[in-house]
Amino acid sequence: MFTKSSRKPLGLVAVAASLTLVATACAESDRDTAGGDEQPFVFGAPGDITALDPFLASDGETFRYSRQVFETLLDHESGGSEIVGGLAETWEQSEDGTVWTFNLREGVTFHDGDELTAEVVCANFDRWFNLTGAYQSSNNSYYWQTIFGGFAENDEDYAPPEPRFVGCDAEDELTAVIEVSEYSSIFPGGFSLAAFGIMSPTTLEAMEGQEITGEEGNPSLPEYSQVAGTVAGTGPFTVEEWNQDQAEVTLSRFDDYWGDPAGFETMILRAIPDETARRQALEAGDIHGYDLVAPADVAPLQDAGFQVPTRDVFNVLYLAYQQENEALAELEVREALSHAVNRQRIVDTILPEGGEVATQFHPDTLDGWSPDVRTFDYDPDKARDMLADAGHEDLELEFCYPTEVTRPYMPAPKDIFDVISEDLQEVGVTVQPTAYEWAEYINQTDSGNCPLYLLGWTGDYNDAYNFIGTWFSGPMGAWGLDDEELFERMEEVSTNPDADERIAGYQELNEMVMEVLPGLPISSSPPSIAFSADVEPPNVSPLTQEVFAEGSWK
Amino acid sequence: MLRFIVRRLLQLIPTLGGLSILLFVWLQRLPGGPEYALLPDDATDEQRQALRRSLGLDEPLMVQYLSFLRRILQGDLGTSLQTSRPVMDEFFLRFPATFELGVTAMIIAVTIGLPLGYLAARKRGGVLDFAAVGGSLLGICTPVFFLAFILKVVFAEGLGLFPSAFRLSPGLGRTDITGFFVLDGVMTREWDVVWDALAHLILPGLALASIPLAVITRMTRASVLEVMGEDYVRTANAKGLHRTTVRTRHVLRNALLPVVTAMGLLAGSLFAGAVLTESVFAFPGIGSFVYVATQERDYPVLTGFILLIATMYVFINLLVDISYSLLDPRVRAQ
Repeated sequence: MFTKSSRKPLGLVAVAASLTLVATACAESDRDTAGGDEQPFVFGAPGDITALDPFLASDGETFRYSRQVFETLLDHESGGSEIVGGLAETWEQSEDGTVWTFNLREGVTFHDGDELTAEVVCANFDRWFNLTGAYQSSNNSYYWQTIFGGFAENDEDYAPPEPRFVGCDAEDELTAVIEVSEYSSIFPGGFSLAAFGIMSPTTLEAMEGQEITGEEGNPSLPEYSQVAGTVAGTGPFTVEEWNQDQAEVTLSRFDDYWGDPAGFETMILRAIPDETARRQALEAGDIHGYDLVAPADVAPLQDAGFQVPTRDVFNVLYLAYQQENEALAELEVREALSHAVNRQRIVDTILPEGGEVATQFHPDTLDGWSPDVRTFDYDPDKARDMLADAGHEDLELEFCYPTEVTRPYMPAPKDIFDVISEDLQEVGVTVQPTAYEWAEYINQTDSGNCPLYLLGWTGDYNDAYNFIGTWFSGPMGAWGLDDEELFERMEEVSTNPDADERIAGYQELNEMVMEVLPGLPISSSPPSIAFSADVEPPNVSPLTQEVFAEGSWK
Repeated sequence: MLRFIVRRLLQLIPTLGGLSILLFVWLQRLPGGPEYALLPDDATDEQRQALRRSLGLDEPLMVQYLSFLRRILQGDLGTSLQTSRPVMDEFFLRFPATFELGVTAMIIAVTIGLPLGYLAARKRGGVLDFAAVGGSLLGICTPVFFLAFILKVVFAEGLGLFPSAFRLSPGLGRTDITGFFVLDGVMTREWDVVWDALAHLILPGLALASIPLAVITRMTRASVLEVMGEDYVRTANAKGLHRTTVRTRHVLRNALLPVVTAMGLLAGSLFAGAVLTESVFAFPGIGSFVYVATQERDYPVLTGFILLIATMYVFINLLVDISYSLLDPRVRAQ
C-alpha cells in the first residue's frame, strides 16, 4: 500500500512518461536515409568556416572548404606552387601587363546545371566590383581590396583603396578579358586566390539584393552565405550542408565534374580548434585526417601507422630587428645578433622533417630567390667580438613572443623563443622576455613596440612580392626601417610586366634586403598534415591548398 | 511565493547593470583588438583601422557603452565578430549541447556523489570513507584538461569504448526538433542517434563532473555526519522507528539542505567549466565557441556569455531557494 508521500514521486514519473509518449507520438523521423553507403571522409580542421561565399572571407578554413567547391580562373599545380590553368585553360597578358585574356575550358558545368561562359566570369567580377555598403569593409572583401583595390563607387565609411580593376569583357563565349589599371606582380597570382571562386549565374541572381544588414558595428552576413542551397560552383564537390551548431560542413561528390571525379563520395570538414584534440580524434578513429600537426607529434603518429606526408616549404619565419631601438639601428649590432643565433638547431630540434634554414625573406621554392645573398653563419665568438666593437657588450633587449598560438611557419613559438634567447644570452645579450596573446602580439609588433620579435608569412600565391613586398615596399612600424632606395626599387620591380626582368629584380632585392638586414630569416618549415592509414591522401600542397577530390579510400 | 520570485527577478536588473559596466571596462582594457585577430597577418594598418571604424570601435567609450546598453535592453547581445551572426542566435544554436553536457555532468555528480558521501559518513573511518575523501580531494585538485586527456587516452584511444570528440558521429543523420540530440532521438525513435549522442556525452560529462562530484561527495559526507549526531535522530532511533525511515526522512532529508545549495551553485559553474571541457573534446557547445571568441577578441560574444552566466546564477539560486521550501517545511512557513 502506498503512503501519501510515496505516491508523489510516482505521480511525477507517470506525468513524465506520459509527456514523453505524447512527444514521441507527435514527432516523426525525417532523416534522409538515401545517399551512398560509403563512409564519409572526415577531416579535422582547426576552425569552422565563416561563410559559404569565399569572397567574404580572409581565413584559411573558409578557403579550405571553398577550394573543393569553387574554382578560380587560374590555379596552382597539384602538390606544387606553379601557377597553372584553372577554369581558364590558357591565359595571356598584354605587353604592359594591364590586359589579361583568359581562354576558358569547354564543357564546364556548375553544380546547378548552368554552363560556364566568359559572360558568367565577367558577371562574377562585375558583381564584386560593384558591391556597396558593408561589403566594402576590409573584413568582408579583404582579398578583393588587396588584389583589385577598391570598388566602382567607394564608400568613404569603409575607406577602401583606389580601384585597380577596370573591367571585364566577354570577347566571345569562352574568352574573358580582364583589364586592370596598372601592372603589379600580384598578377597573375591574384587570379588564383580562392576568394575569387566563380559562381553560377543562378547563384548570382539569387544573391542579388542580398545585403550585409545590421547597424554599424553589427553586420550580419546575407542568408545565401550562411545556408547551403544557394551557392553553386564548378568544383569536384557540392555543398550539402553547413551545420553551424556542430561546426561541420558536408560536401558531396559532383558527378558532372569536368575533371577527374572526387575519390570520396562524401567529405565532412569538422572544426576541432584544439591541436591535441585533433590528434586524439585521429588516433581514436573519429576523423581520417587533420591539419597543422604539432612537430612533436609527427614521429609518434608515423610510428603508430598514420601517414604524415611532407609538404614543400612555402613560408618564412624571421626574427625582426625593430630599428627604432637605438642599438638595433646599428647595422653592426644586427649583424652580430645574426651570427649569434643557431638556426640549424631550431630546424633540427623544433621544426618537422623538411624544415630548412632560411637565407632570405622568401622560400627557395619561389622564383626570385637568390643564391648570392649575404649569409650569417652561426659564430658566437664573432658575435661577441662584434658587439664589443660596437660598444654593446652589455646589450639589453626586449624580446617578444606570442602565446597560445601556432602558425604554419612557427609551430612552437615558445620553444623557438627559448632557443634564440639562450643563444643571445650566450653572447652576452640580456633578454627581457615579453609574452603576448596573438591579437595583442600583432598589435604590439605592428606598432613597433617590440625590439626583437618572431613573425613570418605563408604565401598566398607564387610571387616574390607576396613575401618581400609584404614587408619592404614602404616604411612600416613593425620594422622601423626607412630605406627609400629599397622601397623605390621594390616599386620598380613589382610593376615590371616582364617576367624575366622581374625575377632578376627580385633576386637583386633579396640581396639588398640581406645587406640592410631588417631581421634574420630563421627557417622555412612544412606545416604537417596527417591522414589515417586507410586513406589515399591527396597531393599535399606547399600552399596548404589541398584538393581533397584527389584523395580516396584505399 | 510569487512575490518572492518577482522580487528575486527584479534583483537581476541592478546586478546585470553593474556587471555590464564592469564588463565593458574590462573588455576595453583587454589587450589587442579584433582588427588584429580577424584580418590576416599581412593586413596593412589602413585595413586594420578601416575595420575598427566599420565595427564602431573608434567611437568614444561612452557612445559605445550607451549603444551596447540600448541593444542589451532590447534583448540584443550584438553580432559575433567571428561569424557575423547575432550572438543570441549563436547561443541558442549551441545551448542544447552545453545544457545536455551540463545535465549529464550533474547526473553523474549527483548519482555518484550523494550515495558515496552518505555511505562514507555511515562507514566513517572505513575503506570506503578513505577512498571517498581521497578521491574527492583528487577530483578537486586534478585540472579538467588533464583529466579529459587521460579519459580520452584510456577510454577513446586505448579501449575504443567512447568517441574522443564531437557531439554526434560525423555523417549520422538525425531529425532536428529541439536541438537536444538525446531528446530528439527519443521523440523520433532514432535510437542509434540516442545511443550515439549519449556515447559522446560520457567522457566530457565525466570530465566536467569531476569537481561537482568531489564537492557533493565531501559536503554530503560532512552534512550527514553532522545530522547523525543531532538529538532528533537519536530520538527517532530511540522511538524505534525503522532504520530506513530514520535514514531517509530524518538524516538524508536534513543533510541535503546545504548540499542542494551547493548543487545549485555547482550547476551554474558548469557553464563556465564547459569552456575548457568542450574545447578539449571538440564538443560544439557555447563553451568551445567562447574559447575561440577569447582568442579572436570577439567582444559581443564574451559580454553575452558573462551576462548569460550571471543570469543563470540568479535563476539557479532562485530554484535552489524554491527547492529549499520543498525540503524544509520551516522555510515554506516563513
